[in-house]
Amino acid sequence: MSINRLTGGLIDHASPLQFTFDGKTFEGRKGDTLASALLANDVRLMGRSFKYHRPRGVLSAGSEEPNALVELRSGARREPNTRATTVELFDGLTADSQNRLGSLKFDALGVNDVFHRFFAAGFYYKTFMWPKAFWEKLYEPMIRHAAGLGSISLQDDPDVYDKGFLHCDLLVVGAGPAGLAAALTAGRAGARVILAEEDFLLGGRLIADTGTLTDMSGADWVGTAQAELATMDNVRIMPRTTVVGAYDHGVYGAVERISDHLAVPEDGKPRQVFWRIYSKRALVCAGAIERPIAFENNDRPGVMLAGAVRAYANRWAATPAPSVVVFTNNDDGHRTAADLVAKGVSVPTIVDTRDTAPDMQGTEVLAGAQIADTKGRLGVKSVTVKLINGQTRVIPCGAVAVSGGWNPNLGLTCHQRGRPVWSEKILSFVPGGDLPQGQSVAGAANGETSTHSALASGAQGAVDALESIGLTAQAGDLPAAEDRPVSVSPFWYVQGAKRAWVDFQNDVTVKDIKLSHQEGFRSVEHLKRYTTLGMATDQGKTANLTGLAVMAELTGKTIPETGTTIFRPPYTPVAMGALAGRSVGKAFHPTRLTPSHHWAAEQGAEFVEVGNWLRAQYFPRPGETHWRQAVDREVLATRSSVGVCDVTTLGKIDVQGADAAAFLNKIYANGFAKLAVGKVRYGLMLREDGIAYDDGTAARLAEDHFVVTTTTANAVPVYRNMEFARQCLWPDLDVQLISTTEAWAQYAVAGPNARKLLQKIVDPEFDITNDAFPFMACGEITVGGGLRARLFRISFSGELAFEIAVPTRYGDALIRRLMDEGQEFDLTPYGTEALGVMRIEKGHATGAELNGTTTALNLGMGRMVSKKKDCIGNTLSERDGLNTADALALVGLKPKGDGQIMTGSHLMAASGPVDAAHDQGYVTSAAYSPILESSIGLAFVKNGSNRLGETMRAVNPLEGGELLVELVSAHFVDPEGGRLRD
Amino acid sequence: MTDLKPITPLGAGAARIHTIGQVTISENPDRSMASLTTRKGKADAVRLVAKTALGLDLPGPGQSTISGDFTAWWTGPDQWMIDADHAQYELLAAHIAQAIGPVASVTEQTDGWCRFDLTGSGSVALLERLCPADVPTMQPGQATRTLLHHLGCFVICSTAGFSVLGPRSSAGSLHHALIEAAHSVA
Repeated sequence: MSINRLTGGLIDHASPLQFTFDGKTFEGRKGDTLASALLANDVRLMGRSFKYHRPRGVLSAGSEEPNALVELRSGARREPNTRATTVELFDGLTADSQNRLGSLKFDALGVNDVFHRFFAAGFYYKTFMWPKAFWEKLYEPMIRHAAGLGSISLQDDPDVYDKGFLHCDLLVVGAGPAGLAAALTAGRAGARVILAEEDFLLGGRLIADTGTLTDMSGADWVGTAQAELATMDNVRIMPRTTVVGAYDHGVYGAVERISDHLAVPEDGKPRQVFWRIYSKRALVCAGAIERPIAFENNDRPGVMLAGAVRAYANRWAATPAPSVVVFTNNDDGHRTAADLVAKGVSVPTIVDTRDTAPDMQGTEVLAGAQIADTKGRLGVKSVTVKLINGQTRVIPCGAVAVSGGWNPNLGLTCHQRGRPVWSEKILSFVPGGDLPQGQSVAGAANGETSTHSALASGAQGAVDALESIGLTAQAGDLPAAEDRPVSVSPFWYVQGAKRAWVDFQNDVTVKDIKLSHQEGFRSVEHLKRYTTLGMATDQGKTANLTGLAVMAELTGKTIPETGTTIFRPPYTPVAMGALAGRSVGKAFHPTRLTPSHHWAAEQGAEFVEVGNWLRAQYFPRPGETHWRQAVDREVLATRSSVGVCDVTTLGKIDVQGADAAAFLNKIYANGFAKLAVGKVRYGLMLREDGIAYDDGTAARLAEDHFVVTTTTANAVPVYRNMEFARQCLWPDLDVQLISTTEAWAQYAVAGPNARKLLQKIVDPEFDITNDAFPFMACGEITVGGGLRARLFRISFSGELAFEIAVPTRYGDALIRRLMDEGQEFDLTPYGTEALGVMRIEKGHATGAELNGTTTALNLGMGRMVSKKKDCIGNTLSERDGLNTADALALVGLKPKGDGQIMTGSHLMAASGPVDAAHDQGYVTSAAYSPILESSIGLAFVKNGSNRLGETMRAVNPLEGGELLVELVSAHFVDPEGGRLRD
Repeated sequence: MTDLKPITPLGAGAARIHTIGQVTISENPDRSMASLTTRKGKADAVRLVAKTALGLDLPGPGQSTISGDFTAWWTGPDQWMIDADHAQYELLAAHIAQAIGPVASVTEQTDGWCRFDLTGSGSVALLERLCPADVPTMQPGQATRTLLHHLGCFVICSTAGFSVLGPRSSAGSLHHALIEAAHSVA
């Protein structure tokens, strides 16, 4: 193993794991992250920067990482932009560096860095202006290729993702000292607690630092706390779970990485679960993120955050180099130096910007000094230090541990636009007053930087949160822990530096911020858009405050005067698959199957999606090579003998109550009060604005009992509207509603032999002759030897027709029985296509005609809107604009000669201009009628009912072409309706 | 007695049963269902007659009760669903309407629904993956309306476990979602 692997830590030195990076095999340890394993193997160079393709190494040890982004895994599982700092090492892991042309060490696009003067912030707004057409076709694709992050696999994600739902009294976000103290406090009080931690180990800084809690190491105390929490049924510990968003009413989104630490998820197991957590209260204990100090060439591999270097040494037994220089403006940098020395890492010098820097025994401290520059092409080899006396000194080293102070991790506190407030104590923003409802903050996330204060504020935070929901908890005894005061001086960047990086992920330098200021983009939001500071996958977690500080200095304002940047969800990037959950592919939405579905599938039916329903579209027979052949056959067979169609999908609403008739009389535009028991009536519903809404039938089964049918598409909205009317418009009426759409399997049996067929199935005691059961009759009957059923004498096809309904479980048996008994009549099943052809032949409207813009008058049903009663929509249907003499009217169309009428065509005069000003109507439905052996159509035409016989042009400017058509009656077949009544 | 043969919501002659990990998912086609809604102003009368004529205690919001042959659960203001053994009460709606009389509206709901019974210690974890209801705190005798895989469903908790009732036409989709979730938590 490499010289960079130390002893101790929380890795299992006895469990080696093999992995590859850029094709080269390395060995890590169980408990490593990809970043820690690479560092232990003396790999500092992990990627190339976004714009200039500069060599970059890992900066941090957490999810804030801006630099060490890799493409993880291979093939369809390849995931770009994965932070090496959060990847839990597993045996066989493969990772590749990204955003390079050639190898990582010799990236050809490194030429961008040589010409960096031309690539300053906003360069592409100014540089690629001419010729204009080149932008979209050449410049932008080129820039996008050169700049950017990883690439996606372009294959389907082979993994599955779950969604899930959790409920708790207290959600604790983060399991560092504050979070653990809070969870223990709330758990001991019996509250329902969820403790979510994005790391795979609990502990936060307690397992990254060396301090003690009373007489235990941090890791040991965490182990004890975790063991106690694990015994509590009321506490759910969720490691590998990142809370990514704070939403309304205490709802939080969290991604649990179930299988990301495995090469492949276990069989049937999801890769991740996206949890929706319903919390009564939430305590954010998300810790703090260290900020860098900007100095010349501060982006070389090996320049890292001091707290991260310390964490790698203490937790992961890894160091970026045997020799590390510390650069700090606060006391915390000295802790890093002390911990590194204790681990056997050489710390030649601490460069402290403060004139009054504390001493450290055995290590040189250069007070009042700054790092002026670094050297080393693919990693730091030395730093140039500018001493307090103005002289410079070059110090060889393999890494620089930089500490500019700690910024509370504000993410979740800002998700509902809460503005943080400035704290002079820690020189950073702390969560402000406008937190999401039910949320509070504790620990370092709230500016409590010592271990003691984190523990205490976590415990007290839990007590306070629970008290606000009526639960009592005790803070209890806390372990003794360090309580060092914050000692930090304002020092953001080294003056005079030319290329000092502020935002590593977006290659934004101090100079870019100065340019932004110079060009007038001085507000924080403008700064962000102009320089891209704070954008991309890390949301500027390590960059935003330094960017603000530089801008504040330039504008002569304070940092809080300059502004704040806030964060949006998600806190860290979320896989699209996790957002989709199981709703992918055929499971995107639930599928509804009709009662005859299995039978229809056996017949080889083609199915069509109608909303969530799958309906048989047509039933092809051997020898038929085109769908039209099947459809024509089904139409002709139905009109000549008998056909059957599953119409279960039509909505059915059971309406009962003493005022059921009065209620329907208000819902429908036409009258229902006097409908006799045992009769069905066609009904038209209007919207409040007088436009036609839905049509169907209502059958009166008893004085106080109706069954309303709706169109398939409007089954749910009509039921909802009726329920609204019942509860809100006329609450005094005695009426009760419930949907029975799915409870009954319903078949249309249509054609001249329909009655003869049904007489073989309906039990003999029920007389369904024309006299006993005439057109528009309905009744409750039995079939097949006593099975309860409903029969309706209604027709959509225009033929002698019935609809018969049985309890759904018998629907399969009924269609099979009908087919058996119908053999002598050549009973033909028909699908939605034949249904559509026959209704067009009959001139019946559907959704194509009830299209949200048409009125009863347009539909030729103006007289149906009763003037004698009040109903939804009747008043506004009388508006002047809806009742002009040349209002659109529904007519039929036939082509003059051959030709096919196209739906959507617009109707123009037979000669004259073709433009919108001369538009006289449009085609709503078209079909080939096998009865008429011609294309036919339905259309709305101005004053159409008075223009039958006129010739017009149906024009189709979108696809080209026009056709001469004759306006005819919309009732092509049996206009007198004699067949219905036979 | 009809000679027409019923099929289950999943489309077979017999109910499907799967055991995956610590949960058993059983299609249950053996229950009849009817909705019971009070007529305007008749809530007290309905409660009284339900008790005297059927021995039925009509529960409050979020609750279900078992009284003799019948289980009832609250589905809305003055509105309940009642279920009973199908073999014994195929004509449940007619039976209840007869017993309660004109103070209530009763509608047959038997085949509007599919029902899956979940038993075993994995049931709660399974339901956590599918529905936003607070399932871990549900006690026998509680029932709720919730969404599973975009479908409006009832989840009923009894001493035997949980029952999920969803729209019958989507039985296949609901069953698929239950099976997938069972594998997830197995």
